[in-house]
Amino acid sequence: MPPVTYLEAISAGLREEMERDESVFCLGEDIGVYGGAFKITKGFLDDFGEDRIIDAPVAESVIIGAAMGAALMGMRPVTEMQFADFITCGFNQLVNNAAKTHYRWGAAVPLVVRCPSGAIGNAGPFHSQNPEAWFCKVPGLKVVAPATTYDAKGLLKSSIRDNNPVLFFEHKGLYRFPRIREEIPVEDYTVPIGEAAIRREGSDATIVTYGKMVFHSLDAAETLAGEGVETEVLDLRSLLPYDKQAILESVRKTNRLLVVHEDTLTGGFGGEIAAVVADEAFEHLDAPVRRLAAIDTPVPFSPPLEEYFLPNTEKVTGALRELLAY
Amino acid sequence: MNVETAPALSDPDLNESDLDDLGLGRADYRILYHTMRLQREFEERVYRLFRQGRLAGAAYAGAGHEAIAAGSAYALGDADILVPMHRVIGAHFLRGHTARDMMCQYLGRANGPTAGKDGNMHCGNWDHHIVGMISHLGANIPVAAGVALASKIRGDGAVSITYIGEGGSSIGDFHEGLNFAAVHRLPMVLIVENNKFAYSTPTRYEYACDNIVDRAQGYGIAGSLIDGTDVRAVYKATRAAVDLAREGGGPTLIEARCTRLLGHAQHDDAFYVPKEIMEDGWNNDPVVKCENLLLERKYFTRDEIDAIKEEVKGIVDDAVDYAEQSPLPEPEEALEGVYAD
Repeated sequence: MPPVTYLEAISAGLREEMERDESVFCLGEDIGVYGGAFKITKGFLDDFGEDRIIDAPVAESVIIGAAMGAALMGMRPVTEMQFADFITCGFNQLVNNAAKTHYRWGAAVPLVVRCPSGAIGNAGPFHSQNPEAWFCKVPGLKVVAPATTYDAKGLLKSSIRDNNPVLFFEHKGLYRFPRIREEIPVEDYTVPIGEAAIRREGSDATIVTYGKMVFHSLDAAETLAGEGVETEVLDLRSLLPYDKQAILESVRKTNRLLVVHEDTLTGGFGGEIAAVVADEAFEHLDAPVRRLAAIDTPVPFSPPLEEYFLPNTEKVTGALRELLAY
Repeated sequence: MNVETAPALSDPDLNESDLDDLGLGRADYRILYHTMRLQREFEERVYRLFRQGRLAGAAYAGAGHEAIAAGSAYALGDADILVPMHRVIGAHFLRGHTARDMMCQYLGRANGPTAGKDGNMHCGNWDHHIVGMISHLGANIPVAAGVALASKIRGDGAVSITYIGEGGSSIGDFHEGLNFAAVHRLPMVLIVENNKFAYSTPTRYEYACDNIVDRAQGYGIAGSLIDGTDVRAVYKATRAAVDLAREGGGPTLIEARCTRLLGHAQHDDAFYVPKEIMEDGWNNDPVVKCENLLLERKYFTRDEIDAIKEEVKGIVDDAVDYAEQSPLPEPEEALEGVYAD
């Protein structure tokens, strides 16, 4: 099998799950004849028909609410937010309805919300956001954010098979990222929700990150490796639940922690990681935990503004140097 | 199972000729009256328990809505899905929740439908095809549409029914849910229980059209405006809507007019409701109207009606005793059930 892109892996994973399980169906805007804004469901309408590839009105609350209703009936809906930014319009259905149903009255709500997220270059404040942290404080939801092509497919399959509402953040900047094209297994496989992956082993510092920032972190680690510093890069893959043990084990080994995410700093998921490390691994730290994230503004449009806003390899490298110099 | 084929709901001693124009007979009306009376008695008791400090949390009542609760739920088949609101406890009773279940729910007991995780009318039960409401009124209209979507995809013939007040008709989910159901011609029924006040807000601050049902035309769906205090009217309209939905005719919007006979909840004395509206409401008490119907049709004598009332009172007495003797959850059970396995 030739190498595939992250986007193709998501599409293949979705297709395989629809072929495997008749209860899986898709609901979203422009996913039918158009094949989705990013073409994840290209060709699906012809192959699965309009009962299973349903073009929704421009109405995220009913997309998620109706998915919940169908999930209660034993279906496994996979919804698409055209852009992760638009999930705000379905916020209540997710955090108050779907997330709390099993706790309140015991009914499972197996639904997936696919969220194309992240900045891909001058898309402005409403097509660039990383809204994952809003959902990481909601008991009852699961949140995943794969960085690799292999994980994108494996985590999507796990998300679809999970009996809970799962938010699947797929970074748009990874969709066709040449560097992560890879051959993935032909046979069925899954990646478990809640397990981090070490992308680079190291002994001098740890970067905990996820999504597209995994690659900026790896590049920064590579730069410093040339200077004799070995940085461990831990890809969380899942944010809720997240792999606390993997974080603590790495920090106990390297004694220094930098958390990197593309989401804005304040209230971002990095705060939770910093807190848990301060709480449970304080005596293993040789330096204060550092966080590198986007600045606390909306995502600006114009190229120099957006570049200033976003973390990148250079900024990660700088933050890592400061961490090591402490 | 449809009402007409449900042996438990039909009186074996009756001939078809004893059924009225709605296909209902003496046994059906006994069930309807019993349900309405049980709703009234149950909720009066809940209010009393609240005042006595025996009930934690809030107490809601559907006084004035009993005909909507009973008449609509009675029009459903066994496979249909109820997506209720907080003023239709009678619909819960008809779908299978017992007075004991609901009292345990109100009293936060471990053996209630939510095992103490949520209170009062906020409970669902998939064994009875009841979806739990959330407090964000209107939010379950999209959910009911999704339930109906699943039925349409699978072709299982089930219909979903959900409810909202005229206040909840203002929220975006009303539009999104109903429009989605209309576009996909989903087997869904939405009943707007227009009781004239959303908490304290009168209808003139909720909508500017004459009737909420006028919106049905805008959505391209069927609509009917009915007297929500007349259990026959509610049954008839719901039955027609359910039949239409089951035949693939899409959703129906029913506006059922009634009067909320108490405040929004126990704490609210409804001082803002003009006296004449409240008087008119009590003069059209749906439970009394149903009772009068049973007497006029000579289905039951006054003594038999009184016996039903006593029976209902006994059911509620038993429910309170049962619930108060039932265990409260262990504190650490708060940790359980956040995720499905």
